[in-house]
Amino acid sequence: MADDANKVNGVEEAPKQERAKPDPPGYFEGESMTRRRAFTVGAQALGGLAGAGIILPAVGFAIAPIFHRGKERWEAVGPISEFVEDTYRQVVFTETEGIGDAGKTTAYVRKSSKELGEEPGLYVAVSNRCAHLGCPVRFVEAAGNFICPCHGGVYDFQGKRIGGPPVRPLDQFQTRVRNGQVELGPRYSVTSQMEPVRARDPGEFTGGIWEYLYPPRPSTFPPP
Amino acid sequence: MPKVRLPKIPDAVVPPPLRKPAKPGSAGTPKGQAPSDLKTAPERPSHGDRLVGVAKEAPVDALGWVDQRLAASGFLTGMLYRKVPKGTNWFYTLGSATLFAFIVQAVTGVFLAMYYTPSATQAYHSIAHINNDVPLGQFVHGMHKWGSSVMVILIFLHMGRTFFFGAYKYPRELNWVIGVVLLILTMTMAFTGYLLPFDQRSFWASVVGININGTGPIVGPYLSDFLRAGPELGATTLSRFYAIHMLLVPGAIIALIGAHMYLVVKLGTTAPPWVKATRPKVASPVAQLEAGVEGNGRVNGAGTRIDGAPIDGEGNGAEPA
Repeated sequence: MADDANKVNGVEEAPKQERAKPDPPGYFEGESMTRRRAFTVGAQALGGLAGAGIILPAVGFAIAPIFHRGKERWEAVGPISEFVEDTYRQVVFTETEGIGDAGKTTAYVRKSSKELGEEPGLYVAVSNRCAHLGCPVRFVEAAGNFICPCHGGVYDFQGKRIGGPPVRPLDQFQTRVRNGQVELGPRYSVTSQMEPVRARDPGEFTGGIWEYLYPPRPSTFPPP
Repeated sequence: MPKVRLPKIPDAVVPPPLRKPAKPGSAGTPKGQAPSDLKTAPERPSHGDRLVGVAKEAPVDALGWVDQRLAASGFLTGMLYRKVPKGTNWFYTLGSATLFAFIVQAVTGVFLAMYYTPSATQAYHSIAHINNDVPLGQFVHGMHKWGSSVMVILIFLHMGRTFFFGAYKYPRELNWVIGVVLLILTMTMAFTGYLLPFDQRSFWASVVGININGTGPIVGPYLSDFLRAGPELGATTLSRFYAIHMLLVPGAIIALIGAHMYLVVKLGTTAPPWVKATRPKVASPVAQLEAGVEGNGRVNGAGTRIDGAPIDGEGNGAEPA
């Protein structure tokens, strides 16, 4: 009843006098925070610090491989006399060590060709990893093309895409000649204009704006 | 089809703590009356009587002994004898079936781990050993392999039941969200488990699967490096997949299944959409007006009942509404 008497047309009147707010327990004059609150915040901050001390190293442990670049590896795949300009020779070499056959990969190697506008005296090593989703392509001698069995990707003699779903030419491996042997080194990708860029995974475009949308990874080697 | 009446389980075979609790007011005393032992002053028991009382109170069965310390029978009977809506049918068992499929996966997975070696050079041979040499090895491996497909299929059927019965609506949205997270985690299990045999099929399937992950812009390349633990599928890829498949995701799935089932019991299940809700009979608005019930907006000042599109009095610029 007393409450109703204060109301005029439903609008509540302000109480006549503000009561002094009692200090919370543990409050002392001149303190910006009660002791209880200070201890609560302190205990929670310590707990968070201890939690971060466990979580951060564990997460770093799991994502460390993203920032780790392995040792550069070169492997001899045959004497220079075995490789010619007008066709490929299939070689198998180890790309990843320590896991047996699973770490091996196939490359198609030939001499560089003046007719195709390449610098003479070098060796070209084309990876058999399809630029669509990573299936193994094979070189078909009769057609002079690389053909992927999975989804029908087709590449020309140089490895440029001429059909199917792949998004860029086939990757290549760096080559050098040591002691009369052709050696294959780190993998690199190429743009549609055959300019070398750092290795990308299959399915990722190269060149132009794609160099930013699919940024190079710290685990890859700079292109030659 | 004649309705089959299931025989009632006799009370004698149910352990006392798990018996269906009596309805309030039905335990001998009529509703609203004090129990008879409160009407008369209790007599002071003798020492001997008290000893007999103590002996009577002492639980003689193991379940009673545990329940005196755990106090779980209230929760268990509440869960086991909870009400389910009319029309509950076989479609409502798809969730339990999914849970059963998960339990089969967990049990067979634990036993496969006794023989499996998560190393890139030995994984294939350990799987071949399970299949060819271990007694019943191919059977347990087969249960795990085919059971994974069964679990994924059951999840989608369960999800379809929830969707088409409208059981995802308020207040059960959170349970739908938890279910979607469980679906994603199950897919993670399927993806990581596929690599473990390390045969040609699983090797190339994982190569393709990781490359599909890598096609996401900006983060894709780093995601595939994370999954492979390096720029190429290597020695630590398999142990990484094994750890995710064996330790990380199962724990998360078990925790989320707990939350999922807690919400099912807490919120109850929905009736199928073809079961109409029965409402308690309420007198018509006119009858209410005649009886002097105020405040029903569906009856205008003249006492005329308005259906569907209620209107106010005629517009009048001189008077406020």
